[in-house]
Amino acid sequence: MMIVDIPAEGDPLAGVETKLRQAPSFFDGAPVVLDLLAVADDARVDLIDIVARLREMGLIPIGVQNGGDRQNATALAAGLCPFPIWRSGRQRPERESDSNGEHDDQELAEPQPASGAKSQDGQREATAPPKRDGTPALLVTRPVRSGKRLYARDGDLVAAAPVSAGAELIADGHIHVYGPLRGRALAGVRGDETARIFCQSLEAELVSIAGAYRVREDIDEALIGKPVQIFLKGEQLVIDPLVRTPK
Amino acid sequence: MSKIVVMTSGKGGVGKTTSAAAFAAGLAQRGHKTVVVDFDVGLRNLDLVMGCERRVVFDFVNVINGEARLNQALIKDKRIDNLFILPTSQTRDKDALSREGVGEALEKLKDEFEYVICDSPAGIEKGAVMALYYADEAVIVTNPEVSSVRDSDRILGVLQSKSKRAEENREPVKEHLLLTRYDLDRVERGEMMAVDDVLDILAIRLLGVVPEDQAVLRASNLGQPVILDGTSTPGQSYRDAVSRFLGEEIPHRFTRREKRGVFQRLFRRTA
Ligand SMILES: Nc1ncnc2c1ncn2[C@@H]1O[C@H](COP(=O)(O)OP(=O)(O)OP(=O)(O)O)[C@@H](O)[C@H]1O
Ligand SMILES: [Mg+2]
Repeated sequence: MMIVDIPAEGDPLAGVETKLRQAPSFFDGAPVVLDLLAVADDARVDLIDIVARLREMGLIPIGVQNGGDRQNATALAAGLCPFPIWRSGRQRPERESDSNGEHDDQELAEPQPASGAKSQDGQREATAPPKRDGTPALLVTRPVRSGKRLYARDGDLVAAAPVSAGAELIADGHIHVYGPLRGRALAGVRGDETARIFCQSLEAELVSIAGAYRVREDIDEALIGKPVQIFLKGEQLVIDPLVRTPK
Repeated sequence: MSKIVVMTSGKGGVGKTTSAAAFAAGLAQRGHKTVVVDFDVGLRNLDLVMGCERRVVFDFVNVINGEARLNQALIKDKRIDNLFILPTSQTRDKDALSREGVGEALEKLKDEFEYVICDSPAGIEKGAVMALYYADEAVIVTNPEVSSVRDSDRILGVLQSKSKRAEENREPVKEHLLLTRYDLDRVERGEMMAVDDVLDILAIRLLGVVPEDQAVLRASNLGQPVILDGTSTPGQSYRDAVSRFLGEEIPHRFTRREKRGVFQRLFRRTA
């Protein structure tokens, strides 16, 4: 994975271009997270253009970190996931639960951006993973098709149907898929390190827990097509086959 | 009760127009009063496939703009009773269709016809959304290749979220799969996806598998829906598909080799 610091001024991707020139094939197909720490929330960053350019360079833009509210909203519109910031090891967020108590029970709900205020100097306010107690899970019973993105805010996401390649499941809590998981699944996106992903058949393009990722290429072939659970052990993303305990 | 059925795919050139013509003709042959509407504004292929391109005076866009009445634009098929075509304009673009205008026209068609078949343009944007918006049922036309299957998956998502039924939280649009241009040789060589692989991904009801066959091109050059050619494999397959659409349970054909090779037959006998 590649974290790209977007500078406050100048060509936002100048640094990436230099890196690619030094090692053209090394980053081919690497997932990219854009770090917006240096950029004020009201400054203009054309994320859509940045995404297009990164794709042209053969990289896979997946998210932003250290974004402000406005930036996170634009990120979502540009197909990027707003991630908690601490994976970069810069600052560990602690945030009051800003649960709005309302749960989107619509199957095709558009996700809300992870909220977080950004102060003038570009430092993010301290934030903590949201509390998930008592928030009902978002349940989907129809196949989640390519191009769809579901977000379970403050809670778990349960898909009792296949999740297509090109679809995206996002949850503050756990993600359960009773069917093949062929798209992306991002659990604990606001920092809950205890969040897990469970699926009946792992065929995912990308899985992530609280900001740690694994893309398909980095998943052990032996696990593909298997029922698994995915969780964080320290900084390490672990994918374990779900086996029945012998009697 | 009359039904609006959209032929859609996401990807272009997979056989929507061919299938729309075949389906409309098949339903009419079975005694259902049917109209097939061309939503592909600016391209106008349907009237060619239906062989009525020389009889077009007014079109769908004229009707929507109030420049012509529906009955002036509808073309009655010369071969099949109960079959009508509503052609589209070749000189306008997709913006010529307004949602209200389309809605009004489709309502009127529903008063007169049992089935309104909508031939969608390719894509998942405006034009395609317009064609599927009012649908009660959708026939997803797919070729056995990864990009077509992926696009079909996307258009299924669009049906789930952007159709009128979805917007009004009514019973969802009924989904059917039509797997077309199925080339057994290429499937067996692993160059194309097999039926089961496609079904595994799309997980919707299979209406039929239409083989890749010269008869389709021949029929469209003649301006004849291929379903009228009952000797051809696509013709037979479309007939089966129409029967299944009407609720009949018949076994699928053309999904594997019909005849066993000599070697296999010998082997069987000795076994
Ligand atoms: N089963 C088949 N066997 C052989 N050729 C076929 C078959 N089905 C369709 N074709 C050919 O494929 C081409 C595209 O078909 P058609 O115009 O029906 O597709 P379409 O999905 O309507 O395309 P568009 O997206 O441009 O509207 C045509 O040349 C047609 O003759
Ligand atoms: Mg067409």
